[in-house]
Amino acid sequence: MNTLQTVRGGLGVVWVYLVPSPLLWLTVTVGAYALADRIAAALRRHPLANPLLMAIVMVAGLVVATGTPYADYFAGAQFVHVLLGPATVALAVPLWRSRKTVLRALIPLLAALVVGCVVSITSAVGIAWAFGAPRMVIASLAPKSVTTAISMGVAEAVGGNAALAATIVIITGIFGAIVGWPMLERLRVRDPAARGFAIGLAAHGMGTARCFQSDPMAGTFAGIAMGLNGMLTAFLVPVVLHLFGM
Amino acid sequence: MLGAVFLLLACQMAGEAVARVLALPVPGPVLGMVLLFVLLAARGAAMPAFRRDELGHLNGVSGTLLANFSLMFLPAGVGIIQQGHVLADNWLGLVVAIVVSSLVSLAVTGWVFLAVSRMLAR
Repeated sequence: MNTLQTVRGGLGVVWVYLVPSPLLWLTVTVGAYALADRIAAALRRHPLANPLLMAIVMVAGLVVATGTPYADYFAGAQFVHVLLGPATVALAVPLWRSRKTVLRALIPLLAALVVGCVVSITSAVGIAWAFGAPRMVIASLAPKSVTTAISMGVAEAVGGNAALAATIVIITGIFGAIVGWPMLERLRVRDPAARGFAIGLAAHGMGTARCFQSDPMAGTFAGIAMGLNGMLTAFLVPVVLHLFGM
Repeated sequence: MLGAVFLLLACQMAGEAVARVLALPVPGPVLGMVLLFVLLAARGAAMPAFRRDELGHLNGVSGTLLANFSLMFLPAGVGIIQQGHVLADNWLGLVVAIVVSSLVSLAVTGWVFLAVSRMLAR
């Protein structure tokens, strides 16, 4: 055997070993995200250069190109997926640490939270319903404004699809992060607490990151809105869907 | 540090158990988050054993997890390859719903926050 054949044979052996083991897609998942994050950093964290969106395109492209069934991909990637649960629980820690800021503006904050959350869910569900979207799509759209971990859990709990919910949440976050700040400027919502709270409620973590770029107070309130809206949305989505007869 | 990891997992497990037992359409980890918040708030009186260094570990573990939060959505996000037909059939309704609902929520939330703050300031 010449050298080339040896190398080819070696690669074949490696591929045969890797494909059934979870290591291959676990490595691809972590590697693709690390690469996407570097690209986003090089583009100065522009909202359109979202690392998660870029990583999804890269990995989905590779999975489709190699003809890998999603279940085989997930057998490796599940080790990352499992961390979502404890990370969601961990959201209580920053929320608890900002309790003093919450208490100072408690009443306007709770009023904006309840009204904003109800408006956000009912408007999205109402529009999709008017367009004749099937129940599974509406259930995946209803939690669109909350952080992906919660929205995926909520969507699945009410008969939606987690992957569809995650995609919708990312698009909503990018849109809100780009449009929110200039729009509220034009609407003369200039108080940083009110502006940050509105952006965090409508555009979760991506909106929060955008607020921190301009004003730390707006960023703090955006983070509080993200946490509280995540909790309230989990409880309200089933109620709203029920009211729409779904 | 293991204590903090255990606390996060235990809260999630309790949340999952409550959601199943009471048949709540709320994700278990969200209930776990509420539980952890309550535990932190009740810490001084109800749990004198929850010392300062353990809180430091919890801050550290939570910080590490949340700093890499986005990565954890990737496996589920790749699942979109199974949803191509759903997106193709419903893209217009989804785009209009996302755009209009986001604009309305931004405006209404900002206005309510401002209006109630001003009412209280008077």
